Amino acid sequence: MLIYTIKRVLAALPVLGIVVVFVFLLVRLAPGDPATILAGDYATPENIQKIRTGLGLDRPIHVQFAIYAGNLLRGDLGKSLHSQMPVGQLILQRIEPTVALALSTLLFAVLTAVPLGVLAAWRAGSLVDRAVMVIAVGGFSVPIFWLGFLLIYLFSVKLDLLPVQGYVSFREGIVPFVRHLILPTIALGLVYTALLARITRASLLEVLQSDYIRTANAKGIAPAAVLFSHALKNAAVPVVTTIGIGFALLIGGVVITESVFALPGLGRLTVDAILQRDYSIIQGVTLIFSFSYALVNLLVDLSYTLFDPRIRY
Amino acid sequence: MRRQTDGGVIPYERLSRLAKVRRFVRRNPTMVAGALLLVFMVLLAVFAPYLRTVNPVDMNPVERLRAPIAAHWFGTDMYGRDSYSRVIYGARISLFVGLVVAAITSVVGLAIGLVSGFVRKLDNVIMRVMDGIMALPDLLLAISFVALTKASVRNVIIALVIPQTPRVVRLVRSIVLTLREQPFIEAATAMGARVPRIMVCHLLPNTLAALIVQGTYVMASAVLIEAGLSFLGAGTPPEIPSWGNIMAEARSYVRVAFWLLLFPGLFLAVTVLSINLVGDGLRDMLDPRIAKRMR
Repeated sequence: MLIYTIKRVLAALPVLGIVVVFVFLLVRLAPGDPATILAGDYATPENIQKIRTGLGLDRPIHVQFAIYAGNLLRGDLGKSLHSQMPVGQLILQRIEPTVALALSTLLFAVLTAVPLGVLAAWRAGSLVDRAVMVIAVGGFSVPIFWLGFLLIYLFSVKLDLLPVQGYVSFREGIVPFVRHLILPTIALGLVYTALLARITRASLLEVLQSDYIRTANAKGIAPAAVLFSHALKNAAVPVVTTIGIGFALLIGGVVITESVFALPGLGRLTVDAILQRDYSIIQGVTLIFSFSYALVNLLVDLSYTLFDPRIRY
Repeated sequence: MRRQTDGGVIPYERLSRLAKVRRFVRRNPTMVAGALLLVFMVLLAVFAPYLRTVNPVDMNPVERLRAPIAAHWFGTDMYGRDSYSRVIYGARISLFVGLVVAAITSVVGLAIGLVSGFVRKLDNVIMRVMDGIMALPDLLLAISFVALTKASVRNVIIALVIPQTPRVVRLVRSIVLTLREQPFIEAATAMGARVPRIMVCHLLPNTLAALIVQGTYVMASAVLIEAGLSFLGAGTPPEIPSWGNIMAEARSYVRVAFWLLLFPGLFLAVTVLSINLVGDGLRDMLDPRIAKRMR
């Protein structure tokens, strides 16, 4: 297991390397001179030159990459072009709401999707099954920001049950913390729920048709016991895999959700950086998100043994 | 979940054309519904100049923030522009971007996937690069790209093609990998067919069905992400009335003019839903072994 873990981490490194190269090249290969774009419409030639030297853009491209990669290895993500603050520090300041939202969404999606998927597979072809599939297809189609505004309008403006926007840290009280997270979690979680419910249903349906389930039923084991202790665990691997893959949806959605609900997280940092064309922040956040995506999928791979002891590494 | 309600008493060939259509509708109700909705949206987009009530960019300060009434079906926005006219023009941008992205992604992904699946020497390199692109969340990649270049429809299309391409490459490659072991490819090689000929004449036609299905999913994602980009201010230029832009402008009016958010979002959701329904229907018609690899 340890050897496999090391191997798997080593296998992830080239992908991370390509991500770094890609993020680096994105700023260099884009049409137009980054320094001119960053300087804005009213920049003087001296200003542009200053930015160019500041970014090291006057050096050969392989030297630029060596400097960039070297800084990354030391944990230095560069400085914001506007506030001159270190990007790493800016990210740390903003990470709490994003992590809170991501975790609550993950929890919400798993807790709703798995029961829905199980119900649909267990009663395949029934009205319940159809309803779950409608939710699943619909979840893929509803834009997060529209759903967010619908929820705000209904629960905050009309019914006045929940706060409209904003974020309260858990350190200032659990109740307001949770109340502020409910609507963003539902808005962001629906697409994830749709994805997971679909996979849970498909995976469980396949397992339920296998020989050992028929054997278990023939032995007279209670249907609920067959479902939960025989079938569900064997259906788990594709579901867990999808949790990992779906994490990408979550990351993209976080940016939009934070914008709709005015959560001061990494997504807001990104959107503000877009408006200011602060490219070092965009680069830094993109890297952090990509690395966390790789990390989540690594954890998913390693978790397979928990669900299926036959998988040995 | 196709139910055999017809019992197969009359052979399919002997059914009248109308009966064939009716049987198709009965067996694929969601797909037909999706296709009809999609056709409706396309017609809206194509005939927007004739269907609009006023020019979508005309401002009319006296009529600002009117709730939906007979003269303004979807109400008016903060500049007094007619929301209905703007929303039907929005269909043009969304469907155009979706279609173009799906077309380019399919062609590029097909080409790279064929090479990757058939030319073993290049496979590893290509797939690692694709893994790298896939490790970047698609919305973030698109945001970075549009933020650095200028906001224009062309750049939005490029920004959407880059993250979507690996999905097509993986699918095409996986199909090619199973095809290449089959006798007809071996026969073609034995007859002296060159690699490009095998790719174009033998491999390509066998990937088309799956490619079309994947293309519909790419289109659905592209429409959604384009709206998301525009909503965040990193999409189509703000002067173009795209659904994302309309909602971005209306976002601070949730309390006073909710209709400004309701209608563009509804049209967006229905459009994406219709594309997804058509895609699901096409997928179910395909060979189930291939269908499993999608999404």
